[in-house]
Amino acid sequence: MSEMLGTEIAHAAGFIANETPRIVTARFDYEDSFTLERYEITGGYQALRKALQQAPEDVHKEVTNATLLGRGGAGFPAGVKWGFCPPGVWPRYLVVNGDESEPGTYKDRLLMELDPHQLIEGCLIACYAVGLSQCFLYVRGEMAVAQERIARALNDAYEAGYIGRNILGSHFSVDIVLHWGAGAYVVGEETALIESLEGNRGMPRLKPPYFPASIGLYGQPTIVNNVETLSNLPWIIDNGADAFTNIGTETSPGTRMVAVSGHVKRPGVYEIVNGTTTFRDLLYGQDMCGGIRDDNQLKAFVPGGGSAPWFTPDQLDLPFEASQVGPQGSMLGSGAIMVMDETTDIPAAALTLTKFYAHESCGKCVPCREGGTWLEQILRRVVDGRGSRRDLDLLIEVGETICPGDFPHAAVPSKGIEAKPFPYKMTTICFVGPSAFAPIHSALTLFREEFEAKVAGNDDRVLIEVPVNV
Amino acid sequence: MSFFSDENTRLAEEIIKRYPKARSAMIPLLHLAQEQEGWVTEAAMAEIAELVGTSSAEVLGTCSFYEMFKREPVGKYLINICTTMSCALMGAADLMQHAEKALGVKSGGTTEDGMFTLEGAECQAACTEAPCLQVNYRHRYRVTADEFDAMLAELSTPDPGVPEHGVLSQIRQHIPEKNTVGALPPEEVNAPPVWLNTEEDQS
Amino acid sequence: MSDSVPNEVSVNINGAEVRAKAGEMLIAAADRAGVHIPRFCYHERMSSVGMCRMCLVDVDTGRGPMLQPSCMVPVAEGMSVDTQSEDTKRAQEGILEFLLVNHPLDCPVCDKGGECPLQDQTMAYGPGESRFVEEKRHYEKPIPISDLVHLDRERCILCDRCTRFADEIAGDPLIHFTERGNSTQVLTFPDEPFSSYFSGNTVQICPVGALTAAPYRFKARPWDLDQVESTCTTCSMGCRTAVQSSRNELVRYLGVDIESVNHGWLCDKGRFNFEATNSEERLTVPLIRDPNDERQLLGSDWGSALANAAEAILDAGSDGIGIIGGSRLTNEDAYAWSKLARSIIRTDNLDAQLGDGLPAELVHSLPPATIADACEADTVLVVGPDLKEELAILHLRLRGAATKGHTKVVEINAAPSGCEPYVERAIRCGSGEAAKYLGEILNSDDDLATRLREGSVVAVVGRSSMAESDHSSIAVAALIRDELPHATFLTALRRGNVRGALDMGLAPGVLPGRTAIDNPSSALDDIWGYTPSMKGLDTTGMLQAAAEGKIRTLVLLGADPLSDFPDRNLAAEAIQRAETVISLDNFLTASSAQADIILPTTAYGEQGGTTTNLEGRISRLTQKITPPGSVRDDWMIATELAWRLGGDLNLTSKEQIWREIEQVAPSHAGVTVERIMSEEAREGILVQESSVEYIFPSVQEPPIADGYGLRLISGRKLWDASTTTSMSPSLRPLAEAPVLKVHPTDLQRLGILSGSDVRVISTRSTENLKAVADESLERGTALLPFNQPGFGANRFIDATAAVNDIRIETL
Repeated sequence: MSEMLGTEIAHAAGFIANETPRIVTARFDYEDSFTLERYEITGGYQALRKALQQAPEDVHKEVTNATLLGRGGAGFPAGVKWGFCPPGVWPRYLVVNGDESEPGTYKDRLLMELDPHQLIEGCLIACYAVGLSQCFLYVRGEMAVAQERIARALNDAYEAGYIGRNILGSHFSVDIVLHWGAGAYVVGEETALIESLEGNRGMPRLKPPYFPASIGLYGQPTIVNNVETLSNLPWIIDNGADAFTNIGTETSPGTRMVAVSGHVKRPGVYEIVNGTTTFRDLLYGQDMCGGIRDDNQLKAFVPGGGSAPWFTPDQLDLPFEASQVGPQGSMLGSGAIMVMDETTDIPAAALTLTKFYAHESCGKCVPCREGGTWLEQILRRVVDGRGSRRDLDLLIEVGETICPGDFPHAAVPSKGIEAKPFPYKMTTICFVGPSAFAPIHSALTLFREEFEAKVAGNDDRVLIEVPVNV
Repeated sequence: MSFFSDENTRLAEEIIKRYPKARSAMIPLLHLAQEQEGWVTEAAMAEIAELVGTSSAEVLGTCSFYEMFKREPVGKYLINICTTMSCALMGAADLMQHAEKALGVKSGGTTEDGMFTLEGAECQAACTEAPCLQVNYRHRYRVTADEFDAMLAELSTPDPGVPEHGVLSQIRQHIPEKNTVGALPPEEVNAPPVWLNTEEDQS
Repeated sequence: MSDSVPNEVSVNINGAEVRAKAGEMLIAAADRAGVHIPRFCYHERMSSVGMCRMCLVDVDTGRGPMLQPSCMVPVAEGMSVDTQSEDTKRAQEGILEFLLVNHPLDCPVCDKGGECPLQDQTMAYGPGESRFVEEKRHYEKPIPISDLVHLDRERCILCDRCTRFADEIAGDPLIHFTERGNSTQVLTFPDEPFSSYFSGNTVQICPVGALTAAPYRFKARPWDLDQVESTCTTCSMGCRTAVQSSRNELVRYLGVDIESVNHGWLCDKGRFNFEATNSEERLTVPLIRDPNDERQLLGSDWGSALANAAEAILDAGSDGIGIIGGSRLTNEDAYAWSKLARSIIRTDNLDAQLGDGLPAELVHSLPPATIADACEADTVLVVGPDLKEELAILHLRLRGAATKGHTKVVEINAAPSGCEPYVERAIRCGSGEAAKYLGEILNSDDDLATRLREGSVVAVVGRSSMAESDHSSIAVAALIRDELPHATFLTALRRGNVRGALDMGLAPGVLPGRTAIDNPSSALDDIWGYTPSMKGLDTTGMLQAAAEGKIRTLVLLGADPLSDFPDRNLAAEAIQRAETVISLDNFLTASSAQADIILPTTAYGEQGGTTTNLEGRISRLTQKITPPGSVRDDWMIATELAWRLGGDLNLTSKEQIWREIEQVAPSHAGVTVERIMSEEAREGILVQESSVEYIFPSVQEPPIADGYGLRLISGRKLWDASTTTSMSPSLRPLAEAPVLKVHPTDLQRLGILSGSDVRVISTRSTENLKAVADESLERGTALLPFNQPGFGANRFIDATAAVNDIRIETL
């Protein structure tokens, strides 16, 4: 390819290699990891060749046996999801969710920038196994470099005969179309992603149907898979499901990419063993984050992306295993940990997340559209020192219209607070609205005294904001 | 008068052909329009409506939903400073304050010479490299005040290596005619793909 | 369940077992069970979007109660629902508080106040007080989004009803959500207003006062309104309406949802033309021509005016009379005039249609279809007027059925129509040659031919162009009858109660009850005493006879032939030559202004009775206001004239007239007054019987246009110069000036620039008009709307010709 590559890209910014088995990040150490040449000489497209030797349903079975959990957030087994396509309804599509935007998360961006062919090979394997006749690779709009790397990889792969008509001389034919987003967090929700791909406002669709596998793109059966999920497929086909399930735990096999950011010594994206690695390993392990910056005390951390309820040092020994984190009041989500040390202004930290979700509300359903902004307004007032004690209760009351009933939270043994397990109830269509409430609820439950300090001295009259020049 | 240049009209047609339904090309075409003009004009939206077979109001509806589409001119370089949690924990507010001073505009503003538009942005997926920012959607990591100033100086040179606002990917996907499968409208496809063992279908 | 019925499930709602249709949404099942679940975005005629979350209720499908939006949850066997649980109540209170957070609460100055779902549901389900102290969203308010509709974005709760309607129902996606999240708002594209023919429906379904209608804004408060249910007679669709008045003035029409016809929708013409009834221009006293000054009309009294009229009728004698019009009338009025004409004046020269329809015998003899039949047919074959322009709600129904895949619409037309966006196939034919094209398809190996021959077919047949004679429509009907004997028909005729008028015998050769003139019922013979034995003249025949001096007295029953008859020259000659023209009308129209005796009549909203739609569906009209001045019902004028002519119609009230109709009209036997007054009549009472036979004439193909001529095509537009539109101040500006549309190649050939004025020459007239290029037309054709302000295409048309050609030249 003679085409200009565009701007020079800092290599693998953020990725830190460790001793873990490397499944999806194996090529990240090479400067030219994103080229077809490197991919091919490191065993690339061999899994595709191997898959094409097998019957599609056998490839599907292999993936099912690997118990490859979706890496986008919900953690649903990919092989099972593929099986939800109603029989006899054609065509079926594959939509790759590369619209990674959950606060704290950026494994997919690295996978797209540093090993696009691995993702492409994963897409091809999925299409072959499930009979998906076209693939749309939806990349977040703000990831210009990922788009360039994928565009180049697709062009090269087309030239080399890995994509398109009669792939590698077989009957297997599929087009992969690179599609750019344009800046909307909610599009990461799979039904909103489909709406967006249809040229619409990216607003989540109503459930039921619960899975696009039955009614998705253009009303057709559609598999929506996350970038990391698909990037695992070449390894699984190469090495077999058994090799995959030998890593990690029975319920969460394989590895996961986790981004740890905030107040740690070595913030970075790590590939860790699923299910057994604990938060303490991640935050304090010498081959990982190496402890809290300046050897400060850990105050709190968000264990699974911005929408997850928060943990405190009390939960450090929990493993990266959904079945253990859920009962303790949070979720693993998209593999992102944000760490707050003792210096953190907790209400302000919560505001950075609530503001995010209020800003990213699509506006479709009332509780999220109105409630999210309202929560942000109240919290901002509190953070700015203009709030009252009444506002602290109001935050919870407004949140309860979005999420009625008990909201999950971690235990605080020192205060005698017991954990409330995941999940929560919600009056919204998707998780954006509840996510605006989650940081507030966590922060208020775990650190109420910090909020009280902010409103101390203010009487219970509500301060009315008087706008200028209305 | 058509809005798109001849070359972009050809590209638009190529893009539309990739999708089973033309409307799916709406966002890519809005990007193309923004690439051509630096922002999305009304004329662009009206023409895209015709190209994908819908009303201008529908195109406006989609266009205005997505933050990257600017319906007013912005600077040659759009500087987005991330303000979400990890960056906020690592000093995004200070960086923003510095940027406002250095550029002489508030967040949301454009410098008088039309070179820079400054915006606060939500998470840019570089959380471990906080505080981060993007210039025309290209990352800068762990940006200090000095580095910010140096960046401005660099961007003010004739060829700073960052394309002008509107140009997103400098490499376009090109699906070669000779081995494309082609996108049929879904209603015209009723059979399983040829490589599938049809017995699977009956299960 | 032991007593399970197929496609039915049993659901427990608030402790009571409810039978529901499998697959229907819970909220719909609850509605039918009489359990009201509050809602804003849900609308039973549109797809569910689940946006407002107001209809959340506790649903238990065996895994414990969960709050679910009842507009999105299909009923399932054994489902247990609690619409009043604590959780539900808390959710309702919370959602309402959220909705009011940014709502301006300007109820005292809001049109919707008093009938506002947001207001009402806040009272019923709301929290009582708000804890929101921040600044609300602000927008410029209100902004006009079209000539008829204003939008106040501050009041808007973003329920997606209007935008969904525009896209899903009307097919005019000109309003849309813009921006995102808390800044989401409904807007049009700059300089592209929401100029949909159906825009008024969005005002009606808006659950707050965000959308208001220009003709109603600040006119009345809901508690000052008085309402009756009635039927719209703007076109022959017969949409169900609610007619509302305040202080004896009509102020608003609303669509009423009936399954058989309009599903609650109205076109903007039908919705807003109440302004015409209120018009200052209404005739309120009889007028007679000044014997001393031909140009003057003098106010008169009923006694003198009726005496003059009776004298002119007597003078002219049975053969010298022609009665034109009657489709504005109610069925009862039409019957009275039919009886007057035949039994007392003893003429059969009467015709409710104005040379722009189909022979009455043909209408009566075609196997009938309903609108619902059309919406479920394998194929709907439209060979007639542009339905979007002339039968707008039929267009909406067919569009709905076609877009949902319930039917496929195929249209054969000489010019593009408003139905093209949803037709499966639009077949462009030469003007007057639809039958030839259809014949070719039927005899080809086209898949469509197979489907037409083997599947169910409803044909919508009418006169697509005023510039071609009825021969082409008759040929189409003949072909379908011969080749597709299983097909049924909807006849697309012009003007409100045209079908009712034909049913009442206001057409030459047919008597009330769809019987031929030589086959009167014995009851009719008994009661009428006399019926002419010979078939009389139709409108064209009467106008020709008048122009030749053979008809001396013309009666115009609400007809305006100068505007509506295809051949203005002939109409003008006839009115000129006739010794006496008697007009019964609401207004001074082009024709009534030429009359010698003008009798003012009641208008829509001022009269009760019945009307019949294009299917033959009889529904009730209800009087809402008292008429102005001394105007009278048409039937009363008929009885007065009868008396002055030495006879007696023995008609005393609308109800008594209907009893007589039911007795003498065989097709209407059994449609008793009691049935008409019953709940059943809300959907209309369908009458499909007929004993009329039609002998198809042999029809010749139209001549080929010469190389210089352009074949003229002329259909009517929704917004035209018709009386109710031009007498409604809000609607009058919507009618565009006439332009002649021609294929650009033809313009080029003649050296004419698009947009310039040209000289248009036909055998009838030479006129100057603006010509514009339109690529969607076939070459060699010219399209001119029939009756736009300032100009009618009927100046160019020769009604006796099969087709009409024009020539155009540069000035």
